[in-house]
Parts: sequence; C-alpha cells; structure tokens
Amino acid sequence: MGNGTLETAAPTEARSRNRFRDGGRWMGFASAVPPALVAAWLLSLLPRVSEGRPVLWAVDWAPTLGVSLAFRIDGLALLFGLLVSGIGVVIMLYAGSYLKGHVHLGRFFLYMTAFMFSMLGLVLADDAVALFVFWELTTVTSFLLIGFTHTDPKSRRNALQALLLTGGGGLALLAGLLLMGLESGTLRLSAMDPVLIQGSALLPGIIVLVLLGCFTKSAQFPFHFWLPNAMSAPTPVSAYLHSATMVKAGIYLLARLSPTLGGDPLWVWSLTVAGALTAVIGAAWALRQTDLKQMLAWTTVMALGALTLLLAGSAPISLAAAMTFLVVHALYKATLFMVVGILDHEAGTRERDKLAGLARAMPLTAAAAVLAAFSMGGFPPFLGFIGKELKYEGALALVAAPGVAAFGLVLASAGMVAVAGMIAIDPFFGRQRKSVSARPHDPPKSMLAGPLLLAGLGLAFGLAPGVISGPLVQPAVTSVLGGPATVKLALWHGINLPLVLSIATFTLGVLFYIFRTPVVAGLNAFVGRLPMTGERAYDGWLAGLKALAAWQTRILQGGHLRVYMATTLGAVVALTLFTLFWADALALPAAGSPSLSILGVTVAVTAAAGAAIVVTTRSRLAAIGALGIVGTAVAVLFLMHGAVDVATTQFLVETLVVVLLAAALVRLPRLTQTPRRNRRARLRDGILSVGAGLTVTLVMLAVLAEPFDRRVTDFFEAAAWPEAFGRNIVNVILVDFRALDTFGEIAVVAVAGMGAYALLKGGMAVPKQPIESLILRTATRGLAALLAVFAVFMLLRGHNDPGGGFIAGLIAATGFTLLALAHGVGLARQALGGAPRIVALSGLGIALLSGLAGALAGGAPFEGLWLFLGGDPAAGDKGIPLSTVLVFDIGVFLVVVGSVLAIVFGLEEEA
Amino acid sequence: MEPWLAILTGLLTACALYLVMCRNLVRIVLGTVLLAHAINLAVLTSGRLTRAIPPIAQGEGGVPETAANALPQALILTAIVISFGLLMSVLVLAVRLRRVLGTVDTDRFRAAEPPPDVAAAEDEHRRHEA
Repeated sequence: MGNGTLETAAPTEARSRNRFRDGGRWMGFASAVPPALVAAWLLSLLPRVSEGRPVLWAVDWAPTLGVSLAFRIDGLALLFGLLVSGIGVVIMLYAGSYLKGHVHLGRFFLYMTAFMFSMLGLVLADDAVALFVFWELTTVTSFLLIGFTHTDPKSRRNALQALLLTGGGGLALLAGLLLMGLESGTLRLSAMDPVLIQGSALLPGIIVLVLLGCFTKSAQFPFHFWLPNAMSAPTPVSAYLHSATMVKAGIYLLARLSPTLGGDPLWVWSLTVAGALTAVIGAAWALRQTDLKQMLAWTTVMALGALTLLLAGSAPISLAAAMTFLVVHALYKATLFMVVGILDHEAGTRERDKLAGLARAMPLTAAAAVLAAFSMGGFPPFLGFIGKELKYEGALALVAAPGVAAFGLVLASAGMVAVAGMIAIDPFFGRQRKSVSARPHDPPKSMLAGPLLLAGLGLAFGLAPGVISGPLVQPAVTSVLGGPATVKLALWHGINLPLVLSIATFTLGVLFYIFRTPVVAGLNAFVGRLPMTGERAYDGWLAGLKALAAWQTRILQGGHLRVYMATTLGAVVALTLFTLFWADALALPAAGSPSLSILGVTVAVTAAAGAAIVVTTRSRLAAIGALGIVGTAVAVLFLMHGAVDVATTQFLVETLVVVLLAAALVRLPRLTQTPRRNRRARLRDGILSVGAGLTVTLVMLAVLAEPFDRRVTDFFEAAAWPEAFGRNIVNVILVDFRALDTFGEIAVVAVAGMGAYALLKGGMAVPKQPIESLILRTATRGLAALLAVFAVFMLLRGHNDPGGGFIAGLIAATGFTLLALAHGVGLARQALGGAPRIVALSGLGIALLSGLAGALAGGAPFEGLWLFLGGDPAAGDKGIPLSTVLVFDIGVFLVVVGSVLAIVFGLEEEA
Repeated sequence: MEPWLAILTGLLTACALYLVMCRNLVRIVLGTVLLAHAINLAVLTSGRLTRAIPPIAQGEGGVPETAANALPQALILTAIVISFGLLMSVLVLAVRLRRVLGTVDTDRFRAAEPPPDVAAAEDEHRRHEA
C-alpha cells in the first residue's frame, strides 16, 4: 500500500516539474493567441480600408474637455496594426522557448502583452489625448521590459535612460498636440484642419514640441543613444520593441501628422537633417560593434533615420518608399534579432569574432540569417531591393537638398551591405572556433518558425510585390498624403539613376566588408576624437539635475519641522498679501464704528493679554492658566454675541482642556528643558508671525467691507420649525440640515479617541494615586451623578433650547473625569460600565443607523423621521416627539463621551 | 465691534504661529490651541455680530429679526469639538514621543529625514548587512 503510493507519487512529481519546464512554451503559445486574433481581425478589415472607407469607433471620455476614446482605422493605422500584431505572434512564440524556465516568465508575458495592446491603441487612436495616453503606456511598459533583468544595475540604468528621454519627449508631445487641438478646435486627429494649423502663429512651437516627442521615441539624432543601450533587454524584447514596434511609434506619428504639419520649411528641414545624420551615424556605429546585438541596434538607428528622412517629403514616391521600407525593415530586422538570440542561446555568445562556421551545425538558422541579410543588403529579388530602389527615388524627390540626402542614403546603405555580411557570413561560414559551446545545434521549431517565416516573406513579397503594394502600401500612402495615390512596386524599373546608385551601393558595401578591419579602425580613431557624445551629454544632464534636486531639497526639506512651517507660512502670507493688493481689496473700517462696547473691548484685551503670557512664559502652569484665560475670554465674546450653544461648548471644552493639559504636561519635560531657537531664528519667526497676524486682520477687514449675504441663514431660520420641528437653529443645522457633515465630524473625534487608545495602550499601566482629599472625594460622587443627569437633560432639550449632543457629551465627560481624578480611573471605568472606545464606536454606529433609517424610508440619507405620540392638533399640541434626529444626537453624545474619556483615562493611567 | 475682533484675531494668530514655529513640541501644541481660537473668532466675526439674542425660534416659527446668525455658530460648534479632538491626539502623541525618543525637541525628530551624514552611515550599514 505504502509502496504503491510512492510509485504513483514519483511520476506525478516528475510530471509537474516537466510541466513547469515546458511552461515557457505553453505560455508563449497562449500569449500568441491575442495578437493572432487581432491580426486576423485587421486582415478582415483590409478590403474595406483599402477601398478608402476607414473604420471608426468612439466613446466619450471627458466630454466637457472634448476628449474621447476615439479610434480610426485607415490605411496607415492598418499597416502599423498588422506589423504590431503579426510580428507580435511570432515573437511571443519565440519568447516562450527563449525564456523557458525563467523565474519571471509570467511577468514577462504580462509586460509584453500590455505593451502590445498599448502600441495597438497608439496606432489606432484618433483622439490626441487618447494617443498620448497610449504613447506613454508604451513608454512605461517598455521601461519595464528594458529593465526586465532588474538585478543588473546597467539594465536598470538603461531602462531609466529610455524612460527619461522618451517620457520627457512625451510631455513635449502632449503640449504640442494640445496646442494643435486649441488652434484647430478639435482633438480628433482626422478632423484637424491643416489650413488653421498652418496659418497659426504657434506653428513653429507646435512643430518643435511634436518633433521632440517623435525624435526621442524614434531615437533620432541627438537622442539616438538610448536605443542601443536598450539592448540590455532580453532579445525577444529587442526583436519586438526595437525593430518593429515602439521605436516606430515616432515614425508613425510623423506620418500621421504629415498631412497636417508637413510642408512647412521647419518641418521639412528638421526631418531631413535629423534623418540624414541619424542614418549615417547609425550605419557608421553599426560597423564598429563587436556584439552582434549592438550592431543590429545601430542598424535600427540607421533605418529610423532613413524613414524620418523620407517622411520629410510630400511627394507620393517618398512616402511610398517610407511605407515599403517600413515593411522591409520590420521583416528582416525582427528575423536577424531572433537569429542573434538563437546564436546567443545555442552557441553561448554573440561576439562577432568568436562565432564562425556554424552553418553546418545550425543549417536552418543560417538559412534564415542569409535570407534576411539579403533583404537587408538590398539584393534582388528580395523586397529589400525594391525598398532600396524606392528609397533612392524617394530621396531624389525630396524638397530639401535631395542630392545630399541621396548621398547620405547611399553611404548608409553601403554600411548595411557590410553589416549584412558581418551578420550572415561571418558567424556561419569559415572554420568553427573553439570558444563556441560544445555542441551548437538548431533551436526548437517554435524558435525557428518565426525567423524562417519572416525571412521567407521578405523573399516572397520581393517576387510578388503586388501582394503588399495594392492592399497595404497604397492605402497607407493615401492616408499620409491626405489624398489618393497610386503605388506600384516592381523589381525592374529600367536603367535609371536609382539603379546606378544601387550598383554604387553594392560596390561600396562589398569594399567596406572586405576591408572591414581598417574601416573599423579608422572609424574608432575618429570617434575617439569626438568632443562630445550623446551619452556623455545625458550623463552630465542627469548629474546636473540630481545636484539641483539635492540643492533645493537641502533648502526646502532639511528635516527641521519649524523650517517647513516658516516656509509654508511665508509663502501663504506673501501670496495672500499679493492678492489683497492686486485685487485692490484693502479696506479700513468706517470711522466712528457705532457698535463699540466697553465690555467687549475689555474682554478682547484680556484675551490678547492671555495669549501674550502663553507666548512669553517659561512655566508650564502659567501657560495652562493663561490658555484658560484666552479660552474663557473667547467664550464670553461668543456669549455676548448671542452664540449661547457655542459659548457653552467653549466653557466645557476649556475645562477639559485644562484637565488634559495638566495630565499630559506633567508627563512632559519642563518648557525650559528644550533649547530655544537662536536669536536670528526668533527674530525671523517673530517678523513672520506678526506679518501673518496682520494679514489675517487685513483679510478680515476686507471681508467685513463686503456686503453681507444672509440667504443660507434665512433659509435655515425659516425652515427649522415648520420642517425640522426644532426651535434651536444651531442644533437643527447640526443634527438635521447638515447631519452628514456632523457625522463626518464625530467620526474624526472617534478616530482621535481610537488613535489615543492605540498609542497609549502599550504604556506601563501603573495606576496613578488619586488625589488624597476627603472633601473632594465626597463631593465628587454627588457632583458626578448630578452632571450625568444634567447631561441627559441638556441632550433632550437641545433641539429647542441651548443644549444638544456635543454639549451633553462634554458635560458627561467632565463628570467622569472628575470621578477619575478624585477616585482613580478604576472607579470611573466602573461607573461608565464599558470601555470608552466601545462607547465611542457604538455612538458612531447609532448615528449611522439613524442616518440610514432616513434613506431606507425613501428620503435622503440623514433626513429626519418623526413620530408624535398623543398629540392634540386642535389645541396646537403636537404631543411627545420621537425622531431619528434625537437618535442621531444620542450617537453624537456617545461619541464625544467615549472619545474624550478614552484619552483622559489613557493619560491618567500613563506612568 | 467687528474691527476690534478682527484685530484680536490677528493678534491671536500672530501669537499662535510664533509658538507653532518653536522647537518645543509642547509650545507647538499650545500654539495650535490659540490658533483654533483665532479661527473660530474669524468665522464668528465674518458672520457679522449682533447683540446677545440667540437664534431660537419663537412661537410658530419666527426668529427675532435681530437674532444672531446661526450658521457660523453651527460651524464653530463643530470646529471647537474637532480642534479639541486634535488637541487630545497631539497631546497623546507628544507623551508617546517623549516615551519613545526621550525628547520633545522637534529638531531631534529625525527618524523620517535623517541628517545627510547619518543617512549615509545607515545606507552603508544596510549594504554591509545585505
């Protein structure tokens, strides 16, 4: 029996481990499904879109701002969408095998899928804001993918670099797009009127901002350096993001905005110069690399430069060249990245000088590499040849410096020929080196299928260009041109200037390849003498930024609470005074104010004197006493001006404040024990606080000079008795009209009580000796009982006369506090009958229930429900009122009692 | 009477803020109490002042013409209770801080933002442990 269990257990374990090992491939297959579905859907739209009928879909997002989640699938969007989803399928399958067994496989496919959908959203979006959101989503997801190997500091640095550059560019782009929206009155890209935007005075600003976004994203000079650094991502990421998709986002947007912004000299020259420089730099730097992946990255820079250059033009042939080359490049570049990944995986290195003669061991890989390299080098009959011919034709049709542009492209393309040789010939032919891993072999089918398929397509489309020219390239060119265009792709154009340039390219490229050693040495020597590189500029900029941040942090956030206070206060005072002067709101009271009262002034002076004592005294007891004077004087002021409830509350609170302060301050060091601010700080703070006080007075005088609006009060006064059955307006406001507010406030009080309980709970619970006084002890019992009864009385009469839950709660709390002081906390706790925090929470619950009752009965939450018992309407007697409002006030009462006592008991028990 | 109370409010504010910028946590607490008084007075005064007639309806619903404005009173009443709750919390916090840190000098509350040299030393320490 036991034996049998063991026998069945063992295979299960092996199976589960097996499944874990195969998990990668399984996950790759699963992740390939969404892009496959998207690709199929997009293909099904092909006939409709190529007829010039775009697919539209929109839903309001922020209608007041005119922002909607709008999508529009025209020829351009469809071409990019197919590239993103189609190559996505291949890469997902490849990645499943490539990363098989990786610990964070699930995370990888999550990021990849998130990136893919962001990219799809970006190319399909028609709303400028939606486009920006997807644009930034690709930035964030690509940051996660570049930094996927997050244990490597270099990988983290490169991910951050890409994020800062493309994210910063994204912000500029947002500004540019919004300006376009403002000038044209719509955020729909397809509805923006070129005439309005081209005629705008802001056009140069718009172009610069938009180009900053596009150039950073598509790694154009001088922002080109982040792309090769991003190669620290796993190879499937580089194959996807840095060949076919993300870096093409900038190209996509240039094409998308070409009908709106194109043709302006600033636009044309920026694209021409940046594109040509980027292409040449990309090709030259590619030749210098020893790491095959870096080499491919730099050729991507070259391709992006060429695309930008071609988009500068508005001739159909330039645009057709750009769109065709886009397809060409995506096909061969994804293939070659995957081939390099296979070499890395199966042969253990991707250093150029360590790889040779692998064709015999890896025939299929070599086949894919050679096919793709032919397309890259632009040899007939591959699609790359058609692409290159078109590029030359397109460059010659450019407005700005067509000769120079074509010359630059010839140089760059010759570099491509040489690089194609270095990638497809060097590793696979010649004699195999010993440094390569013992048994190199072709990878599993799932890794090979993609490269072979894409490389094969490069050949097939070259032989039958009609397959893509009519349905794909022509609609895309139509979209970019903003008008109908005819595109015919063919291998043979007859003998013309582009063919001559092609022959020159091959000759030059083969020469570069044969003399690659001296060429690379020459390039290296040249680069060594450059005064500045993008990389160094970036490092300097980043260091400067950090120094600036450190400097302002030292000043604003030095870790001293009082400096924060002073800074905040200074800013508030300055801004308020500025506003007062700016709005010309300064007002002085009319001379001979009639309402001056001797008593009032006396009380006010008393309050001010008390405050002065609090500031100047060095004794805790004097401070508490003076604070009591201020509180009492303020309460008298309330009383003098008809605020009976407020004055009562203030008197009660003042009593408790004195008790609490006394209880707390004996547990805190003397005022003299803590060092004072130095003289300079005291002077500064003195000036600041006097300034703040003066500002407050000025603001209040300005307020008093305004005409008074009593509408809200009038409503409360008129409605209190007829609608809320209460005569005490203040109480009716609290428990009925604004009961939801009050509920929030008692919740705050309850939280204060809970917090105090939690903070003091851990204290040493040594009961403090109660005060030894016979008179106090005897009197307190009676007084406490009296206070409890009085509290209930105040609670019940509150709706019609001064009183209510707050006042009653404070009275009861005072009674229990007295009891605790005279007889110890134990007796007070006994008298209360439950833990104070439970009392507070029950009160909160009761208040909430009374509020919900109003809602359940069909009214608004916290609307009062009334029931009158035994009334005699004829005699004008409504009877004994019962209401949810009273229940609510009982809740308020319990919260106040519970919270105050939680703290009083806690402090008294604190050692 | 309003201008006088405006001046008193300013005075109380000045005293309160001077205390709030102290190093001693106890004096900061005293400052917040004064500040609460100042704000309550400001609200009362902004609602305009009348002589001592409380806003209580007489007979079948009428409130005397000259009665005080009830709205600011309702606001102040809750404000008093809230600031009392705040005072209680801060007092408890101060007692607790004293117990944990042994001081109420805010210049020595540096756990969240340690001085640069201390922070560097802590980083070094952590690196050694890792």
